[in-house]
Amino acid sequence: MSDNTAHEEPELVQLLTPEGELRTHPDYPFEISGEEARGLYRDMVLVRRFDSEAVALQRQGELGLWASLLGQEAAQIGSGRALRDGDMAFPSYREHGVAWCREVPPRELLGMFRGVTNGGWDPNEHRLHLYTIVIGSQALHATGYAMGVQRDGAVGEDGEAVISYFGDGATSQGDTNEAFNYAAVNNAPVVFFCQNNQWAISEPLERQSRVPIYRRAAGFGFPGIRIDGNDVFASLAVTRAALDGAREGQGPTLIEAFTYRMGAHTTNDDPSRYRASAELEEWKRKDPISRLRAYLEKQGLAGEDFFAGVEAEADALGERVRRECRELPDPAPLEIFDEVYAEPHTGLDRQRAEFADYLASFEGAGAEGGR
Amino acid sequence: MTDLTIGKAINAGLRRAMENDPKVLVMGEDVGRLGGVFRVTDQLHKDFGAERVIDTPLAESGIVGTAIGLALRGYRPVCEIQFDGFFFPAANQTFTQLAKMRRRSAGTLSMPVVLRIPYGGGIGAVEHHSESPEAYFAHTAGLRVVTVANAVDAYWMIQQAITSDDPVVFLEPKRRYYEKAAVDTSASPESAEPMGAARIARPGTDATLIAYGPMVKTALQAAEADEDHSIEVIDLRSISPVDYDTVTASVRRTGRVVITHEAPVGNGVGAEIAARITEDCFYHLEAPVIRVGAFDTPYPQSRLEEHYLPDLDRVLDGVDRAFAY
Ligand SMILES: Cc1ncc(C[n+]2csc(CCOP(=O)(O)OP(=O)(O)O)c2C)c(N)n1
Ligand SMILES: [Mg+2]
Repeated sequence: MSDNTAHEEPELVQLLTPEGELRTHPDYPFEISGEEARGLYRDMVLVRRFDSEAVALQRQGELGLWASLLGQEAAQIGSGRALRDGDMAFPSYREHGVAWCREVPPRELLGMFRGVTNGGWDPNEHRLHLYTIVIGSQALHATGYAMGVQRDGAVGEDGEAVISYFGDGATSQGDTNEAFNYAAVNNAPVVFFCQNNQWAISEPLERQSRVPIYRRAAGFGFPGIRIDGNDVFASLAVTRAALDGAREGQGPTLIEAFTYRMGAHTTNDDPSRYRASAELEEWKRKDPISRLRAYLEKQGLAGEDFFAGVEAEADALGERVRRECRELPDPAPLEIFDEVYAEPHTGLDRQRAEFADYLASFEGAGAEGGR
Repeated sequence: MTDLTIGKAINAGLRRAMENDPKVLVMGEDVGRLGGVFRVTDQLHKDFGAERVIDTPLAESGIVGTAIGLALRGYRPVCEIQFDGFFFPAANQTFTQLAKMRRRSAGTLSMPVVLRIPYGGGIGAVEHHSESPEAYFAHTAGLRVVTVANAVDAYWMIQQAITSDDPVVFLEPKRRYYEKAAVDTSASPESAEPMGAARIARPGTDATLIAYGPMVKTALQAAEADEDHSIEVIDLRSISPVDYDTVTASVRRTGRVVITHEAPVGNGVGAEIAARITEDCFYHLEAPVIRVGAFDTPYPQSRLEEHYLPDLDRVLDGVDRAFAY
């Protein structure tokens, strides 16, 4: 899909132009205080810094891999800040901005990519499920969770809502489409938030869908909306409305955040093999952070002091992230056997004991030991 | 003779198969312009076009399901599943449809479909990128399951898999993709070892060490490291069927067996082979058949994988145990 189409599509909801001008939309009346707008700016700058530090840490061998969110800050921070404390979110593997909003400490996000854990945080504490790598799986989890919310009688005024994140590529997966249908049939309180960053590794959107993604929802029987995914106000307003609709019993919504993966798919990827750099240049003009900065400046809502303060905070965060990453402890060898089952398992217990003996047999020889 | 890595050898084998037979198709996620995340299909899209090298939508059930349909229409699809851990969405199509089609159709329908799957660990990857699912496939009647340990086999066996009229699960040891060997790419296909045959990778007299895929290299290192015994190493090459003629002949000579694989030992390929050896070679055995594999746990976070995967020391420990009897 060429990038011009985005603007020709009448359905694209945009509240903040790339030049930093506010726009009105009949369905999404929007007001925002200076403080809230500055908060969104701070969130986006900090999470971008965290992300670039993580890329650097991978380059230095401190992380095995990193999936950068560069370019997708507005989609993630806007929708993440639309969540209420009690709402539940199901991410894929790139939702560092959402995790930021759910107050997952950056250190815990790095753990999976460093290889010290396959999880990282307590999903119930942060109301953010663990990252899910197998594409599409979490859309069904979110839907099932939302069906539980219904059964708990937690739908209604001030009810709970659930959100599932996934990419454009994920919309091809059976699980995602089953989730759409389950959510529709059950009128489940779930919002599907698709970050269409135009690419699934090397495959452009045309390889996944012949129709704009948001239009898929109609076929399943619920509303689909495309937003300017680089517009944090649109992301906030539209997600908030969809979550409110879900919590009040109006069922699911699909939000397609039209955005761009500015970086490589992951640190393993080399996008120069499959896409033109002109595309990136085009999207840089629509950068989510610079447009909010332009807005804040034009409206006189923030001055040099504020921006310098956020920069200083970002520097401090960067320093903290580098330190905390290196400090992440390696798990002990015998942890391989932990938490596989809730109850004792005789077969595994035997293997653990044998492996402990095996490790101990090296101890005298000065090689690695057990715990 | 050309020096090729395992990855490049598969690429060259795919190219030759595509040149030989216009019905051969390559399909999978990112196999087109990118050439696959491991570059195994590099340049094929450019040279054979998008009709024959298909960047599929991101859906593994779709990859295998449509490959079945293409096979029904006379094509020979070679599917790439990007990583071992992403095979599972395709499990239904593979196990309930692909594997059973010949039998159900009383032999009327053939399924010349290849599932290429980079498998195994040791690359420091995040979850779902390091698994060894071969036992699931070997447990499923109707699927042939093969794996390669060197570039020569990689070059020939991918072509043999493609010409087979059975569905073949072709497992590629991803941590060995960059291992090189001299391959005679101008040789005739008849000169190549058949896909189903095991190979004595190193002759020996005191014990038989059976390995396949990524563990062949480790097994050879272990045989080299054991100065007290003469260890014969068998590279199985085919996991289903297993070439028991080669295996039992070796065991009858040596009397001791160690089987090693990266997959968990529980209900694994080694367990099946151990049982068969016990039945067929009972009076020749000096010791129980020893298995050295991963533990019966989920594949751990990468910082633990060196402890989880059987390494040189663990294989040698297994060999020692076989000699303790
Ligand atoms: C079931 C499954 N198949 C393949 C993969 C490998 N893979 C990881 S990310 C990715 C592309 C995902 O694209 P998209 O859904 O658009 O998300 P994005 O990475 O662009 O955020 C693929 C194919 C996977 N993780 N899971
Ligand atoms: Mg994408």
